[in-house]
Amino acid sequence: MEVQEIILEKPERIEFNKGVWNTSINVRDFVLQNIVSYYGDDTFLVGISKKTEKLWEACKKQTEIERKNGGVHSVDTETISGISNFEAGYIDKENEVIVGLQTDTLLKRAMKPFGGYKVVQKALQEQGLKPSEDINTLFTKYVKTHNDGVFSAYNAEIKKFRSLGFLTGLPDNYARGRIIGDYRRIALYGIDQLIAVKKYDLAHIEGPMTDAVIRLREEVAEQIKALKDMIVMGNHYNLELNRPAETAQEAVQWTYMAYLAAVKEQDGAAMSLGNVSTFLDIYIERDLKSGFITEEEAQEFIDQFVMKLRMVRHLRMAAYDDIFAGDPTWVTEAIGGMLNDGRTKVTKTAYRFLHTLYNLGPSPEPNITVLWSPKLPENFRKFCSKVAIDTSSIQFENDDLMRTLRGSDDYGIACCVSYQEIGKQIQFFGARTNLAKTLLLAINGGKCEITGTQMVDGIEADNSEYLDFDKVMANYKIAMKQVAKVYNDAMNIIHYMHDKYYYEKAQMALIDTNPDINIAYGIAGLSILADSLSAIKYAKVKPIRNEAGLTVDFKIEGEFPKYGNDDDSVDIFAHNGVEDFNNELKKLKVYKDATPTMSVLTITSNVVYGKKTGATPDGRALGVPFAPGANPMHGRDTNGAIASLNSVAKIDYKDSQDGISNTFSIVPKSLGATEEERIDNLAATLTGYFEHGAQHLNVNVFDRETLIDAMEHPENHPQLTIRVSGYAVNFIRLTKEQQMEVISRSFHQSM
Amino acid sequence: MVIFLQGCKLKCQYCHNPDTIDTHGGEEHQVEDLVQRALKMKSYFGEKGGVTVSGGEPVLQAHNLVPFFKRLKEEGIHTNLDTNGRVLNHPVVELLDNYTDLVMLDIKHMTEEGFQKITGVKNKETTFNFAKHREKSGKKMWLRYVLIPDITNTPELLHQLGNYFKDYKTIEQIELQPYHKLGIHKWDALGWEYKLKDARENTKEELQQAADILSTYFKKVKIN
Repeated sequence: MEVQEIILEKPERIEFNKGVWNTSINVRDFVLQNIVSYYGDDTFLVGISKKTEKLWEACKKQTEIERKNGGVHSVDTETISGISNFEAGYIDKENEVIVGLQTDTLLKRAMKPFGGYKVVQKALQEQGLKPSEDINTLFTKYVKTHNDGVFSAYNAEIKKFRSLGFLTGLPDNYARGRIIGDYRRIALYGIDQLIAVKKYDLAHIEGPMTDAVIRLREEVAEQIKALKDMIVMGNHYNLELNRPAETAQEAVQWTYMAYLAAVKEQDGAAMSLGNVSTFLDIYIERDLKSGFITEEEAQEFIDQFVMKLRMVRHLRMAAYDDIFAGDPTWVTEAIGGMLNDGRTKVTKTAYRFLHTLYNLGPSPEPNITVLWSPKLPENFRKFCSKVAIDTSSIQFENDDLMRTLRGSDDYGIACCVSYQEIGKQIQFFGARTNLAKTLLLAINGGKCEITGTQMVDGIEADNSEYLDFDKVMANYKIAMKQVAKVYNDAMNIIHYMHDKYYYEKAQMALIDTNPDINIAYGIAGLSILADSLSAIKYAKVKPIRNEAGLTVDFKIEGEFPKYGNDDDSVDIFAHNGVEDFNNELKKLKVYKDATPTMSVLTITSNVVYGKKTGATPDGRALGVPFAPGANPMHGRDTNGAIASLNSVAKIDYKDSQDGISNTFSIVPKSLGATEEERIDNLAATLTGYFEHGAQHLNVNVFDRETLIDAMEHPENHPQLTIRVSGYAVNFIRLTKEQQMEVISRSFHQSM
Repeated sequence: MVIFLQGCKLKCQYCHNPDTIDTHGGEEHQVEDLVQRALKMKSYFGEKGGVTVSGGEPVLQAHNLVPFFKRLKEEGIHTNLDTNGRVLNHPVVELLDNYTDLVMLDIKHMTEEGFQKITGVKNKETTFNFAKHREKSGKKMWLRYVLIPDITNTPELLHQLGNYFKDYKTIEQIELQPYHKLGIHKWDALGWEYKLKDARENTKEELQQAADILSTYFKKVKIN
């Protein structure tokens, strides 16, 4: 027999299915044509690779140094951060399969002074540092920042509402964030093609040269510059970002580089990633199928990508921690959900992302958000439920609600709870206004209850012994109208100036030219408003006034129903409070003709809002923290977990399309005696809650004792992660005060 | 959703809800109000959840439970009855056969002497008759058994338990409840003497051993 020589042919990569994505920028279409939905379970997942383990050890060592240093590892004081301003940085080059750092050194923070130079100075000063002489000269003599711009345009009224705590946390001295670039575009198309398309767009933005047209032309020109700069950034790492990614590894790397460009250039409060897992899965599946990579390598790409995302840092001053505690970056990645055609977006890579919480341990970042639908594959629902129970690191949002009401099945979550269609839409973030304080204006003749400053005209002083519901309600509406007006004025100035002085050119380069814009207003103190109105209506509330006639306390005679117990007689006040304020905002004209939306979300500013708010008619004392987001007040939701959830679910998403945040803590045993029961019950709870029309749920599963132990022995809980309000934090990085507030929250002992 | 009904004819030494033993007390609720409450929770029940009535001893109020469970079934809600099986009269039979999806039957002890010691009443057979009736109806049942070292958790008693029920086709699982002293303060509050003061809690090994024995007789053994 003749022995034949076998020549092995090099395997070819399978061609992607074609579609409109080949003739226009349309990542969604690429996903639709090529997605491989996954219905199986988690048994295919593999553990951490040797290389990843080594890298993660290095990261843990450096994060420990960071923590011991009081939260900041190191800062570069010579370089203004930008897309290509830092040379390549590595953790341990030979073990990195996904490369790229914000600066040249792991965890070293960079100055991004275009948002506000004073903020940078302050942040450095707190570290005993200062910017280099050159930079100081530049920003004190020649360069105007966003912060300078805003304060040159603010009027006296806005400043008054801001300084007295009616409006808090406005992005007027830090970057607004919230914009999500379509980071997948660089992988799919390569930068050269993206530049060509933007150049085409620019050539077709024609006169008459109105303000809007001139501005858009300038913005697109900036975007083209940013794209060119990204090629330079890629060159630092020997990556050819100008062309499309060819392999799975490149797809992950290119996508990360696009995101990295954004976080080198901007330090927005929330810098979400979008929804990249389904997209990346297509490349991974292809390479697995052709035998180019193994499951170990696929997991390694995702683990290392996620590790890099965990290491993103921004330079912040200490005061920032009051509103956004725990040094969050909101690298929010939306996972799961359904396509409008009925297929699921769940892929094996959705599992791989969640599995990083085991391979690398629990972590607040990236802020993994599961888009929940009862139609998700059962295996996936169970797996997510298990991950939530094991790690308290993920949050859940109602995919059916957002997808059907807002329209697109290709969306991400900006920050915590805000729907954003990827690559087609952006939003203008606007913090929030204090509705509890607004109510106090109604009771105090339009004066600030703490300083006596006249804020709103047209409200008569009230000297009656007991508060009259109808009178309070009528005055509240007057106050609300004025607060909405001032809030809108501030927002228009902020976003005008942000575009002018700190335009997000890298992210906007990865979004369609002239996208839809939502302006994202917000409210705080909703449960205080609802319970106060309930007390005034159903009990007798006697205001105690000081010599100046300002309320300092309230005496409540009799019982009243409280928000959080599934009682319509009070829950209606929460529902209407949201609807009324949203309607007020909708009447006002917005910069760039953005569409008004509103959120009920506080991040951790519920503590600071409480500090700035006097005693309220619900019996809350001066200075006591509010409940976070749309949560019922701590300890007042006494009818079990479901009743509490049902109350929150009554707030209509139509009135609050920027999101309604609910943070939920339950002790493990009340979910069930066995792991199987707990998984089933949490999954059933999520489905039940969302079937009531609710939008968001943060899930914490642990005992209060665990937190108390972590306060006393932080070294034993280095990775203890808890969900706070639309995001998660590393518990030991919170201040004592914030830790106490979290511990005081309702831990449901029964369903 | 669990509803605890007031009143029980037994006075089990380890009862963790002794405040529900007295047949006087508790709050009165209208059937329809409870149905409405259950409806608000319905979407959370999932495939396995539903309404459970416990106690006290719920079958003492079987005549009221019939219309309640009937309404729940009309609304498509799963009904569970957590009982010690001490009564099997006409309304109880009606409740069991027509409206109860799952019976969770508490087996106190396999010997008459042990049964009397724990519950303070005679005739363990009543519970076994209840089980027989359920088996005959062909509808789902779970058994529950409290494990107290030396008192109920001995290999001999566990084998007796297994042998007695091993041919029952309606039993889906047996749930083992390890004895603990959580209820003691409630007994003190009621001014009653807690007679099990000297009993100790099970070790991990004792629990595992009990589960291993029962696994030879039942499809599924669960330790709570």
